[in-house]
Amino acid sequence: MNLNEIITLSEGEVLTSQLDTDVNIHGGCCADLMSDVLAYSRPRAVLLTGLTNPQVVRTAHMADFRAIVFIRGKKPQLETIEIAIQENIPLISSPLGMFELSGKLHDAGLKSYEGNGSD
Amino acid sequence: MKAMAPTRPPTEQEKFGRHRPLTDLDAHEINRIEELSYDLKIHEVMASNVITTSPDVPVSRVLELMRVNRISGAPVVEDEKLIGIISLEDIVRALQNDELTAPVRKYMTPSLVTVKTFECVVEAIKTFSEKRLGRLPVVDENRQLKGIITKGDITRGILHAVQRDYKEEEVRRYRASHLFEDIISDRTTLVLRYNIKAGDFTHGGNASSHIKRALLRLGADAQLARRCGIAAYEAEMNLIIHTTNGGILKLEVEPHRITLSTTDDGPGIADIEKVLQPGYSTATDNVREMGFGAGMGLVNIQRCVDKMELDSAPGKGTKLIMRITVPSESLNSKKGSS
Repeated sequence: MNLNEIITLSEGEVLTSQLDTDVNIHGGCCADLMSDVLAYSRPRAVLLTGLTNPQVVRTAHMADFRAIVFIRGKKPQLETIEIAIQENIPLISSPLGMFELSGKLHDAGLKSYEGNGSD
Repeated sequence: MKAMAPTRPPTEQEKFGRHRPLTDLDAHEINRIEELSYDLKIHEVMASNVITTSPDVPVSRVLELMRVNRISGAPVVEDEKLIGIISLEDIVRALQNDELTAPVRKYMTPSLVTVKTFECVVEAIKTFSEKRLGRLPVVDENRQLKGIITKGDITRGILHAVQRDYKEEEVRRYRASHLFEDIISDRTTLVLRYNIKAGDFTHGGNASSHIKRALLRLGADAQLARRCGIAAYEAEMNLIIHTTNGGILKLEVEPHRITLSTTDDGPGIADIEKVLQPGYSTATDNVREMGFGAGMGLVNIQRCVDKMELDSAPGKGTKLIMRITVPSESLNSKKGSS
């Protein structure tokens, strides 16, 4: 699924306007625990999270995520955005909740890229 | 006190059964071709010089067009918009009715199934298998015809991409072996050291980012860089969260192996067996709020590296050594030192 589709589905606001959003996203992963993200995710996915600190971007970079969506309209601090731009990871803020957004994306055909993502 | 962690816990399969967590090793098996069909865009593989026809010319004209250009179908375009497609099958129908002079409009298949220039190739593959069509017109967002795609185009496009991959791989391998081959010694090691401050959450992960990037520069594949990056990051966060005065994160690269290590001067770990248990954590609420301190750090590191050694004593400090064997095809094609 293209990231632009995810932006539309999530009614999201792009926080890193200088980054290319024409990116292919192979799957999705939801987590608020960064260790879970590192332990149970597959490369080239989008991360849905409620955390907005710079570590989220670092974590996403280490685990080869292609984009991050902050749920419930959360906006990160400036440092988070700066690191995201440096590491080329587009950030999106969505007004939807984590449950609703993951349901929507899954319905639209985005696969689970969480550890045991068998579907 | 010293504890040696086993190489990749063998009990994983038993613990999780069929639904054990996917590891990077599994993910690697996701076919490169499958991946390419997601990465390649339709406009990259389609044929863009399309021979089209107007709906008002006789079928016989199209037959001539096909014969001269050796094609077996042509999109029908009216006012720059795609309105249908005419194929040999349609022409055969016209022939059966002895109506080769009839306008194309009468025998064309009004084309409803199209793919878009900016979609991934996988969309075209799906459409081909669902609709059993031989060719698909490619349109842009304004339904203007931009090209045509056949299964042959997809095969060719993917083959090209694989070839490109292969070339990049060659270049990468050359670049990597270059460093270690040009510098002659009995044992060459590249060492990178990073000073990590205790409590410096804002810069947490900086060093690991540099490590990951350095490994990619040296020619490590994405898989290896990801494993090392995750291990380095967890270890770096441990220095930030748990140490009194911070510590040093060190990366040592050798042609055949990578060693990551952290050293600090306290407070040290009282019970090593305990910290290696998944879920055991001494982190404060403050740290947990940032998404850390779930007691998975060392467990995670064990998953990513081939060998982990943890040596610690209260009051003295902690030394964590993580070793990763470089697959011979990853960082350097040559064997280690002579």
